[in-house]
Amino acid sequence: MSELRRVLVVVPAWNEEGSIGSVLYEISRSLPTADVLVVDDFSSDHTAAIARAAGVDVISNVFNLGVGGAMRVGFRYAADRGYDALVQIDADGQHDPAYAPALLEALDSAPGPALVIAARFDSSEDFPVPRARRWAMRLLATYLSRLIGCRLTDATSGYRAYNRDAVVLFARTYPADYLSDTVESLIIASDAGARISQLSTVMRERTAGMPSQSRARSLLYLSRVALMLFLQVIRPRSALRPTAPDQPNVEEKP
Amino acid sequence: MSGVHLTVLLSTGAAVAAVVELLRRRHIREKYAVVWLAVCLPMIVFAIDPNLFNRLAHAIGVINPPDLLTVLACLFLLVVCVYMSWELGRLDDRTRRLAEEVALLRRDVGTGH
Repeated sequence: MSELRRVLVVVPAWNEEGSIGSVLYEISRSLPTADVLVVDDFSSDHTAAIARAAGVDVISNVFNLGVGGAMRVGFRYAADRGYDALVQIDADGQHDPAYAPALLEALDSAPGPALVIAARFDSSEDFPVPRARRWAMRLLATYLSRLIGCRLTDATSGYRAYNRDAVVLFARTYPADYLSDTVESLIIASDAGARISQLSTVMRERTAGMPSQSRARSLLYLSRVALMLFLQVIRPRSALRPTAPDQPNVEEKP
Repeated sequence: MSGVHLTVLLSTGAAVAAVVELLRRRHIREKYAVVWLAVCLPMIVFAIDPNLFNRLAHAIGVINPPDLLTVLACLFLLVVCVYMSWELGRLDDRTRRLAEEVALLRRDVGTGH
């Protein structure tokens, strides 16, 4: 079933020359039939050159757009070329591409947007996260789970699979703001009536590069998320609904 | 509550409502809205309890409290102006880079005459 789908793997990368090579190698082993697109977000190192040498398609941004901006490029590319599914995998090596086939298997290809999130930690919680941040993430996940109607343990994971309609939706609406693209995209998807599910996976340590979460950034991140949740309450839902009137999966969520 | 304070309260309330409505319609970016809302919040507090502002002014050593308000307003607007100049320069730089990129692409595609 999943072999018949045309799958694009999008790898947003910013200065990840230390890990991009092995990530691309693992993707080619896990999903040998999928096309791979690296969106090089204005790296100053050899990220793009290494990706090109690996034989995958590379788009280089003219200036740094952030992860959200890089993903918008990936979604538009996939929407324009008619891919049936998109898998988003970070270039830093945290996301094990071995889970990608399972993500695609869990992805609903029926009409209407759907996405599957690879959750950062399962019940065993073997991935080391600072206590305060884990606490905030859990609170956030609980609230979002209620909003979305599916139990989520990690809303901030950037390891996801999207079906065709979700790709088309996000080509138009994926949030490009600094930080928070992962959570805001879930709110957008939920408002558009998307079917959201999660798959528990074990995340790895970053193989190279700098971790992108310091304490100040965590705080900024959480306050932005709080603002977004407030906006989700006051904003009209209809703005993000699919324009086609014959979409069956857009009923109101309580 | 005197007429002046009621006027300040009502106009600040109107400003908050306007910013929230712009946010709701996605006509203003969150980061700018947060700045304006952050200014409105103390204004509302001081309009409700003007003595709080007077005490703040005296604590800092300002004899005439309205002077402090004027200085703070000027400082805030100055910071906003400098930030906007910086942002304008950054946008200008990015637009130029995009124009260069398009010009080079037009040559490659064969439409740049």
